[in-house]
Amino acid sequence: MSSPEIGLGIGRGRRTPLDHQQPVEYRRVYVWELPVRIYHWINAVALVLLCATGYLIGAPTSPLYAAEAYQQYWFGWVRFLHFTAAFVYVFNFMARIYWGFVGNKYSHWTAFFPLKPAQRQEIVDVIKADVLETKLHGPISTGHNSLAGLIYFFTFLAFVFQTITGFALYSSMSSSWLPRMFVWIVPLMGGEFSVRFWHHLFLWFFVTFVVVHVYLAFYHDYIEGRGTVSSIIGGWKFEREKREK
Amino acid sequence: MALSIWQSMQQKGYSRRDFLQFCAAAATVAGLGPNGLGQVASAFEKKEKPAVIWMHFQECTCCSESFLRASHPIVLDVLLDVLSLNYSETLMAASGFQAEKSLNDTIKNNKGKYIVLVEGAVPTGADGVYCMIGGKTAESILQTVAKDAAAIVAWGSCASNGCVQAAKPNPTGATPIYKLVDKPVINVPGCPPIADVMMSVVTHLLVLGQVPALDNQNRPKEFYGRRVHDTCYRRPNYDAGLFVEAFDDENARKGYCLYKMGCKGPVTYNACSVVKWNEGTSYPIQSGHGCIGCSEAGFWDNGPFYQHLPSFPGFGIESTADTVGSLVGIATVAGVAAHAVVTNVRKRKVIAEVHAEDQPEV
Repeated sequence: MSSPEIGLGIGRGRRTPLDHQQPVEYRRVYVWELPVRIYHWINAVALVLLCATGYLIGAPTSPLYAAEAYQQYWFGWVRFLHFTAAFVYVFNFMARIYWGFVGNKYSHWTAFFPLKPAQRQEIVDVIKADVLETKLHGPISTGHNSLAGLIYFFTFLAFVFQTITGFALYSSMSSSWLPRMFVWIVPLMGGEFSVRFWHHLFLWFFVTFVVVHVYLAFYHDYIEGRGTVSSIIGGWKFEREKREK
Repeated sequence: MALSIWQSMQQKGYSRRDFLQFCAAAATVAGLGPNGLGQVASAFEKKEKPAVIWMHFQECTCCSESFLRASHPIVLDVLLDVLSLNYSETLMAASGFQAEKSLNDTIKNNKGKYIVLVEGAVPTGADGVYCMIGGKTAESILQTVAKDAAAIVAWGSCASNGCVQAAKPNPTGATPIYKLVDKPVINVPGCPPIADVMMSVVTHLLVLGQVPALDNQNRPKEFYGRRVHDTCYRRPNYDAGLFVEAFDDENARKGYCLYKMGCKGPVTYNACSVVKWNEGTSYPIQSGHGCIGCSEAGFWDNGPFYQHLPSFPGFGIESTADTVGSLVGIATVAGVAAHAVVTNVRKRKVIAEVHAEDQPEV
C-alpha cells in the first residue's frame, strides 16, 4: 500500500513522487470567478489595443492612400482608440481592485503579496523548479503561485504608472475631471517630454509581460496538465484528489 | 513727480489720436477685449510712468532682440518712450558708476513700485563667480533688486527654467529666477519669447497694475495655455496620419505634419502658431521646420531635435526607447524559447508522469 503522503502533489507543500500506476482522480476547483475572467479578457483586449495603438502613436506609419487631410482621419482614430481603451482599462482595473476584497481566496488581494512565510518559501521553490529548473517537482498552487502573484503586483504598479503618466499627457487635451486630476504630474516629471518618454518606455514592459505571461500559462498547462489555459475561459482547474484514507 | 504716460506723450508731440491708437493697441495686446480701451486710456492718463529695471545675467540678449521686434511699432516706440527704463545694460547710455547710481536711485526712489524684468539665468556655482557685474555676483544683484520690486518678470527660458546654461551638466549651477527669490515671478519662457507676448505682459503690468492670469508654472495663461500642436495649421495632417518622412520629400513640399521629424509641438506650450513671429509673418513649423520646444523646461536635455522620441540614456545618440524595447522584447522571446527547450529536456520525467496518468477506462 502507498503511504498516505503519496498522491498529495497538490497545495502549497513540496510535491512528493506520485504513484502513477493507479488510476488518478481529479477534483474540479472553481478558481477564477466570472468577474475575474471578465476582468482578464477586457484587460487583455484593452492592453493589446493600448500597446498597438500606443506604438503607432509613437511611430505612425503612413496611410496607403490619400493625399489630402480631409480624405481621412486614420491617426485620429488610432488616438481615439488609445484613449478609449485607456478609460476602459482603468475602470476595469478599479473593478478588479474591488473584487480583490470581495472575491474568493484565489482573487483576494493577499494572494499578490508574500506576507506569509509559506508564500515566501513558495517563491523560492517556484524559482528553483520553474525558472531555473534545477528541481524536478515544484509547488503547484491552484490559484496564482506566490511568485506569479508578486509579479502581478509589480504589473499593477506598472498599470498605475501608465495610468498616471497617460492621463497626465491626456490632460492637456481634455477638460474631463479624471485626466485633469493628473495635471500636476507634468511639471513634477520635468515637462511633457519626459512624461511621454517614460510612458512610451513602459509600453515595452507590457510587451514583455504578455510574452512571458502567455508562455507561462502554456508551460504550466503542459507540465501539469490541469487545465491552466482553459481555466481563464471556464474558471475551472483540477486538483488531484486525495486518496481515500 | 513722475509724469503720466499721456503727459509724457504730449511733451513728445503726440496727438490725442495717436494716444488713443496707442491705447487701443495696448488694450489689444494685453488681451482686454472691446471694453479695454477706456480702461487703458484712463490708466495711461493718470498713472505715473512706472520705473523699470531690466537685468541681464547669463543670457544671449535674444530676449531683448525679440522685444525690439514687436509687431506694433507704435506700442513699442511709446512703451520704450514712456517706460522709465532706468537700468538696462544693453540699452542704457550710462555706464560704470553712473549706471550703478541709476540702479540704486531707482530702487531707492521707487520702493515697492518698480518692475524688474530679468533676462538670463543666475549661476550659483562657485559662489556665483561665473556672472559678475560691477564686482557683485548676479545673485546678490538679483536679491537687492528683487527685494522692493512690485513685480518680477523672468524673460525667456534662461530666467524661467535655466535654458542652455542649465543643460546637463550645468557647470555654472545656472538657476532660474523663481528658485532664488521669495516673490512670485512671472515666467515668460521661450528662446526667445515672442515679442508680442513680452509686450503683452509688460502692458498688462503697466495698464492694470497687476499680473496677468498665470498657469501652474506661473506662465501667462493667455499665451502658454495651449500646445503649439493644438493650434497648428498643419494639425489636420496629423489627424489624417499624413507625415513628412524626410525634409526633402514630396510630403514636406505638401506641408504635411512634421511629427515624425521630431517636431516638439505636441509637448510645447506656446503661442507661436497663433501669434507667430516677425509681425505675424511665420513660425518655425510654417517655415517647414519642426518646433524644438524652446519654451519647455529642459528642452536641451530631451534628445535630438529631429527625433520624435528622446534618445535612451547610455545607448548612443540613435537609440530610442523603441530600439531598447525591441531588444528587450527579442531577448524575452529568445529566453522563453530557450526555457521551453530546457523544460522538455529537464522535465522529461514530469511530463512522462503526467502522461502516465492517462489510463484507459477500466
